[in-house]
Amino acid sequence: MESRIRVLLLTLAFALCGGCAHLHMHWPFHRHAKPPPTQAQQDADADAAAAAAEAAPPPTVIEPQVERRKVKVPKIKSKNVELGASFGEISIESYTAAPLTGLRFDYHVTEDFYFEASAGRAMSGKTSFETLGGNIQLLTEDERRFTYYNLSLGYNFLPGEVFLGRNLAMTSGFYMVGGIGSVKFEGDHKFTVNFGAGFRVLPTDWLAIHIEAQDLVFKSDFLGTDRLRNNLEASLGATVYF
Amino acid sequence: MPRRLTRGLRPLALLLFALPLACQAAQRELLQLFVTAPFLELHTGPGRGYPVTEVVARGDSVDVLFRRTEWFKVRTERGVEGWAAEGDLLLTTLADGSPFKFERGDREGFRSHRWEGGVLTGDYAGATLVEGFVARSLTDSLKFELQVGQFLGNLSNGYVADLGLNHVFMPQWRFSPFLTMGTGVERTEPKATLVVPRDQTYQTAYAGVGGRYYLTRRFFLRAEYRHHTVFTKVDANEVKQEWKVGFAFFY
Repeated sequence: MESRIRVLLLTLAFALCGGCAHLHMHWPFHRHAKPPPTQAQQDADADAAAAAAEAAPPPTVIEPQVERRKVKVPKIKSKNVELGASFGEISIESYTAAPLTGLRFDYHVTEDFYFEASAGRAMSGKTSFETLGGNIQLLTEDERRFTYYNLSLGYNFLPGEVFLGRNLAMTSGFYMVGGIGSVKFEGDHKFTVNFGAGFRVLPTDWLAIHIEAQDLVFKSDFLGTDRLRNNLEASLGATVYF
Repeated sequence: MPRRLTRGLRPLALLLFALPLACQAAQRELLQLFVTAPFLELHTGPGRGYPVTEVVARGDSVDVLFRRTEWFKVRTERGVEGWAAEGDLLLTTLADGSPFKFERGDREGFRSHRWEGGVLTGDYAGATLVEGFVARSLTDSLKFELQVGQFLGNLSNGYVADLGLNHVFMPQWRFSPFLTMGTGVERTEPKATLVVPRDQTYQTAYAGVGGRYYLTRRFFLRAEYRHHTVFTKVDANEVKQEWKVGFAFFY
């Protein structure tokens, strides 16, 4: 009896062991062995590994911690423009001399040459004929206003220095200027040629004091004959460099 | 002092006090240059004849304050100020060791520059012309230009203003021809003594041809012919011929 039970239990145990061997597909802890790779698969894997190695950046030894600083080069300011005003006297031919107010704009192109645009205004007096003739008026108030502008080329020459006492030296220089423009006077615009010369002193780098004499020449037939008329002006001015 | 006057002076006083502050705020960082030549000479004024009173040794630096034509006002490390010629500053370097480069007025500048301006005179349909112009370079060959002038004739005076494009052929040549075209306005003021004065302003269109010749430094000569069509209010348009010549500079 006892041996029968023993045989039964042994049979049961044997059957169970065989069943476990057949259940390996569903046993979670059972690891599959990989099938051995074929030759084609081996080649493809080798190519992929080589391509990945080429694409990858070379290994860096030290990672830079500091970014390169961008150096901004400061711009240099150019101070070639001169802007200012002048006051003086103009002797209008056939009329009287009259106070003159002027504006000037200079652009220094080189050490020697500059371009100038200038304008001025004066109120002329009476001709001798009007003064002697009593109530005779040749011109209206508006026509008596002498207004001009010039576009000129200037030339700096004889540069030098002027000295005030022992400790102060100021750069200075003479200049010649000549150009073309227009005068509005006697109710008409006239083509004008201007030429003159001046002296410039710079107390500082940004300020200049000018003394200048200039002749404005135009042709007019207003007073009888068609002739050239010279209008000499002398002025004192101040300009600022920008 | 009357109250109105003091009130009027208040903004002026404010401006006077504010101006130095504004100037202080506008102070800029200066460019530092290192001398690589054996020495750099500093003159007392911006001109070739001014005496040399300071010499900066190789390896020392100067701060550039500003530029006037071909001269640079600089300050040395010891605080001495003087004028250095642009030719001498070609032998200096920036703080990073690169050479100091700047725009010079030469043939290269004549070929390629940003601005130009000048004065022209000539004949506008029988009247004497006085004109100024300014042009902005879009490329070395193509420029956008504005000309404003006054013509002074026996029968009438007037003003012209033209805005247009200018195409320079061979900008690298010393003599370079150009074509120009654009539009503008013309204002004519007939003289009162001859006809009934009536000022007239009309639109115009022009096409022209000309040439430019490099002289020296920043200067060149310019001459051109323009054919203007004036769009008058009568049936037929008026045609005006213009030629002019003048001095110009580039920057």
